[in-house]
Amino acid sequence: MNIDHHAPPPPAGPVPWQSDFAVGLLADMVRIRRMEEKSAELYGAGKIRGFLHLYIGEEAVAVGALHALSVEDNIVATYREHAHALVRGMAMSTIMAEMYGRREGCAHGRGGSMHLFDKATRLFGGNAIVGGGLPLAVGLALAAKMQNENRIAACFFGDGAVAEGAFHESLNLAALWKLPVLFCCENNLYGMGTALERSESQTDLCVKAASYNMPALRADGMDIVDVHEITRQAVQRVRESRSPVFVEYQTYRFRAHSMFDAELYRPKAEVEEWKTRGPIHTFSARLKAEGKLTEEQFLALDAAANAEVADAVAFAEAGTWEPVEDLLKDVHTPEGVAP
Amino acid sequence: MSRTLSYREAMREAMHEALANDPRVFLMGEDVGRYGGTYAFSKGFLDEFGPERIRDTPLSELGFVGAAIGAALGGMRPIVEVMTVNFSLLALDQIVNTAALYRHMSGGQFSVPLVVRMTTGAGRQLAAQHSHSLEGWYAHIPGIKVLAPATIEDARGMLAPALADPDPVVIFEHAGLFNMEGELPDTRDDLTVDIRSARVRRIGTDVAIITHGGSLSKALAAAGQLAAEGISAEVVDLRVLRPLDTAAIAAAVAKCRRAVVVDEGWKSGSLAAEVMARIMENVFYELDAPVARVCSEEVPIPYAKHLEDAALPQPEKIVAAVKGLFA
Repeated sequence: MNIDHHAPPPPAGPVPWQSDFAVGLLADMVRIRRMEEKSAELYGAGKIRGFLHLYIGEEAVAVGALHALSVEDNIVATYREHAHALVRGMAMSTIMAEMYGRREGCAHGRGGSMHLFDKATRLFGGNAIVGGGLPLAVGLALAAKMQNENRIAACFFGDGAVAEGAFHESLNLAALWKLPVLFCCENNLYGMGTALERSESQTDLCVKAASYNMPALRADGMDIVDVHEITRQAVQRVRESRSPVFVEYQTYRFRAHSMFDAELYRPKAEVEEWKTRGPIHTFSARLKAEGKLTEEQFLALDAAANAEVADAVAFAEAGTWEPVEDLLKDVHTPEGVAP
Repeated sequence: MSRTLSYREAMREAMHEALANDPRVFLMGEDVGRYGGTYAFSKGFLDEFGPERIRDTPLSELGFVGAAIGAALGGMRPIVEVMTVNFSLLALDQIVNTAALYRHMSGGQFSVPLVVRMTTGAGRQLAAQHSHSLEGWYAHIPGIKVLAPATIEDARGMLAPALADPDPVVIFEHAGLFNMEGELPDTRDDLTVDIRSARVRRIGTDVAIITHGGSLSKALAAAGQLAAEGISAEVVDLRVLRPLDTAAIAAAVAKCRRAVVVDEGWKSGSLAAEVMARIMENVFYELDAPVARVCSEEVPIPYAKHLEDAALPQPEKIVAAVKGLFA
């Protein structure tokens, strides 16, 4: 079955939010965009190494979805997770220092771009095995249930993960045991270079999820209003039913899969078409049209994002290296430290 | 006053104690509940502790081992029973890529206090896919601890410290041991054992036989035969396969000056190879003969009994290997 690779129609209709809230979400998307653009530049300059997977184009998903969750909820993400860490509340400087491999990073440089963890904001990684985070989210939800906690677990993963056994085992377990998991599928149409219809016999991902006897919702991942409103509904259903809900966010990555990707697998025209639906400029245009945002405000929040990036880079540049004498640290928990 | 217990009863008692003492502890795995445990380790638990804490899982090794890791991160203390090491291959990604690496990848922010138990080993005519001894593979991985209780005392006493450990612990229980009986003290507070050190199970002076798990009884049988022929064998039970107790290995070899390593894993890339390497690194100049080993033959484990017996380490092979060192 062939699927439509065309971008969705531009978002329309009034933005159902107060100006402050709307501009706050816009500002988060801009922060992500500026951080990611700088990261790509720093990769080219050799400051960031290893794998670097950029979220540019998909900002509405992380921002819209994470703002529908509570600080008490548990978050599990993928190797394309800088945005999630930032929106969740990790300092941009800490993220940047980690990508530099500095001691001041969230994992002291042990993890890098793909392994951002933050106990304070309940971010459980940063997982570089496709689908690897799904069972973890199921277990976090199980622990919450067994301890009578209200928190839910939100698990982000891409369309590529849907082909993994972990996806199917996790959805089944969560539904079977009635666990409060929000499965957030960021469908950007490609698992690395393989288009969805080249890896899935059933390309309607909601149909797959629904077969595990859970509600499955779809959101326009290029429209932050739709992302946030659908996620809010989904989160409410998870909280009330204490059972899982699946949400598919139809989105698109504007940049290559990683910094090693020549993008031979998709036409440039397709990328350009999706860029016209970019989540930042379409949303800011709507807000301006509704009188909820002025050009001055936009320039100010963009300048603030750029300043935050500059500070983060300066922090990472000034960072230190973990001493090699500490190489074997953090393989096991030290004596006397509670897990 | 002491009492006689089987390995199965000892493990069951250890799990019962953990479940009764700590509300965070729960047991999950295939057929641990209604069925009573594939090997009856959890018989009666479902009635006593209920389905939330004695949690039957679907046949989803990757999914439920991963879920146990998540539950551990979320504040629980899961004991996850993977029916056998053979099926643990389906869960290997979660054990290796998540449980073992989690603390390191997170820069020490998160620990995974998880216990994974699984049956290992051959010897019951279950053929190639149900006869693996892959504990050596697991012992390769930094970030997990690997235990091999080979005695009633260890079956009873290793679980509590494993649960108290803040990091993932994988326990390998050899299927050939479950009906073995032994003495245990009545007093409950004496029953915890350390999960750090190897232990000498028979004192000797002429050769150190170093082994673990299901091969311990074979090594002890071989030592008995050798004694009758005037060779005094010391038998070292590794007990903890990661981290290895190098000092105990070196001490036994330095004392006896000869060593045979017995391991039910295949020879190539085996735990036996690691033990031999440590002997070379630490006590090479104490040796009077090259170190020998008895491992499984390099063949999938066959069904027919005579072939299965021939494929596995046996007391006669151990005796022959020891005698070879004195030739």
